[in-house]
Amino acid sequence: MTTTVERRPQRGSLWPVLGVVALALSLVASVFVGAADITVWEALTGGLTEAHRVYLVEARLPRTAAAALAGASLAIAGLLMQLLTRNRFVEPSTAGTVESAGLGLVMVAIIAPGAPIVLKMLVALVFALAGTALFLACIRRVPVSDSFVVPLVGIMLGSVIGAVAAFVALSRDLLQMLNSWMLADFSAVLAGRYELLWLVAVLGGLAYIAADRFTVAGLGEDVSTGLGLDHRTVVAAGMSIAAAVAAVVVVTVGALPLLGLVVPNVVSRLVGDDARRGLPFVALLGAVTVLISDMVGRALPGFFAGGAPGAGEVPVGTIVGILGGAVFLVMMLRGVRNA
Amino acid sequence: MPEIDVLVAPAAGVPGGRTRANADHRRRWIVTLVCFAVAVAAIAALVLTGLPGTVGSKAWTYSLDRLSRHAVAIVLVSVAVGVSTVLFQTVTGNRILTPALMGFDSLYLLIQTTLVFFMVPRDAAVAGGLLSGGLSGFLGQTAIMVVASTALYLWLLGGRKSDIHLLLLVGVVFGVFFRSASTFLQRLLDPAAYLQVQDAMFASFRGVQLDVLLACGLIVVAGLVVVAILGRRLDVMLLGRDPAIALGVNHRRVTIVVLVVVSFLVSASTALIGPVMFFGLIVANAAYALLGTTLHRFTLPVASLLGVIALAGGEMILGTLGVESALSIVIEFAGGLLFLFLLLTNRAR
Repeated sequence: MTTTVERRPQRGSLWPVLGVVALALSLVASVFVGAADITVWEALTGGLTEAHRVYLVEARLPRTAAAALAGASLAIAGLLMQLLTRNRFVEPSTAGTVESAGLGLVMVAIIAPGAPIVLKMLVALVFALAGTALFLACIRRVPVSDSFVVPLVGIMLGSVIGAVAAFVALSRDLLQMLNSWMLADFSAVLAGRYELLWLVAVLGGLAYIAADRFTVAGLGEDVSTGLGLDHRTVVAAGMSIAAAVAAVVVVTVGALPLLGLVVPNVVSRLVGDDARRGLPFVALLGAVTVLISDMVGRALPGFFAGGAPGAGEVPVGTIVGILGGAVFLVMMLRGVRNA
Repeated sequence: MPEIDVLVAPAAGVPGGRTRANADHRRRWIVTLVCFAVAVAAIAALVLTGLPGTVGSKAWTYSLDRLSRHAVAIVLVSVAVGVSTVLFQTVTGNRILTPALMGFDSLYLLIQTTLVFFMVPRDAAVAGGLLSGGLSGFLGQTAIMVVASTALYLWLLGGRKSDIHLLLLVGVVFGVFFRSASTFLQRLLDPAAYLQVQDAMFASFRGVQLDVLLACGLIVVAGLVVVAILGRRLDVMLLGRDPAIALGVNHRRVTIVVLVVVSFLVSASTALIGPVMFFGLIVANAAYALLGTTLHRFTLPVASLLGVIALAGGEMILGTLGVESALSIVIEFAGGLLFLFLLLTNRAR
């Protein structure tokens, strides 16, 4: 991890402008691309039929908001995890966090099937925190320089926890439910069913307020303690924010694998590793990536089925997984070439 | 590196040297024979407990047919996974890389899905054919798989001494990537295929066609013949690249041959039960631990026999608990723990 913290206000940098424009475009596109042919012009001039208006407010706007929130917050979670573990390859899906949240959900579904969603979320959060703590305990034995071991440990820990969850789910016929949590899909997002996702905006705000501390903590325990930082507390707080984000997103829409790995790494190439400067970009790029992936997943099956209605959708988690896997491989193999 | 006892003759000059070597040797034979006996017993028990009461009745013959196919599939999968894993670990010189961890089976699934995607008209009937393309489909997939995987992993392993953890991570991510791409194509084919995808994710022997079984049998036998031809050269490969070359083994050629054989065997096992991430890792490491040697004469059969014991025994035990389909989950759980243990205690080499 290159920890060059530079704070030069780079005037004339186009990235912020580009980011905001891209976000605005994808938000608008996400609302208006798809099955019902509503035009932006009609929506603005009030020429909408009642059915279209309801559809827009009840389905399209929530879906767009959910995609943007999930993308932005998971990317922030990835950034925090990478800073605090000092490893470029760590994010909720490579640290056992996502699978732990899934295990928590399976447990709730068995013990208290009729529990309100807030309670489900709390249990998932407790499990996600415990799983992340277990991951940190495992990698404490691994030297920082060994950067490839850390994600390997996380992925395998995740698959062990996932196996436990799958076993419990299988014995109670909950496997399909578990699988839907493990892969994000926005097709079921409607008004009234996703609002808890706004919690991640609060968590993102917290991360931004404390960003400087996380940057310093990313310099390592000795340096940050020398600079007067309570290293353990800051790491615990940061990892908790990341785990909480992962839990909330998994409960409301499902997991988006590797998103938190790819986005912060791309941003750090563009603007460097200072968390306070990078965080808004990370959130922007995360939201744009998920919005675009969601639109692709929505439009493709219809395209292949020759526009037949009801062609289904490709879950956004699959598309993000392909994208993330490809970028991850390029990152690693570039490392091989340089080795 | 595992302890090497390839070309070490028992030291005649050392007091007790020869007798100790003989004792070790005897122990290996005993372990092999015991594994063989238990494996035969497990298969027999699986078939016999599954048969309904009256001998010769219609239900009885039907069950016998189904169960014997099932038993053959278990044996073929165990041999394919055991042999391919041990061979792969021999040419890569470590105990933690396995074909499955390097994404071989996910690659096979992706090839299968891609072929279906581009060659079959897009309708609901496709989903059924996705995981069993008949004999010609199977052979076509296998051929493509062998070329693609050998090329990919020759490039990855590349003859250079690269970081093993990096290789593992690349393999695991390749696996994730291939699986996502397969899911993606399946969802484009037909929404109803989603259930089929879930079936494919969990190992099962359901509905093995006889011709696929035969093809897999041929592949496994051919693979074993090639292994027999390579013979002691495999043991020499364990010494590492330079010593092996010094002893007159064409290291690169043997590596390529082994990768081709491994690709064939993985195609066979994946066609029969789908991808199993950790099965090979467990049986290979259990074989090394039980035998205390890396001689292929012992490790190849014992790893295969342990596979039979695990599959047949595991199915019976889980069957009595009423959760037969959970076998792959149990294997994943145990294998993941073993993997973490190997990784965190640095016993990978």
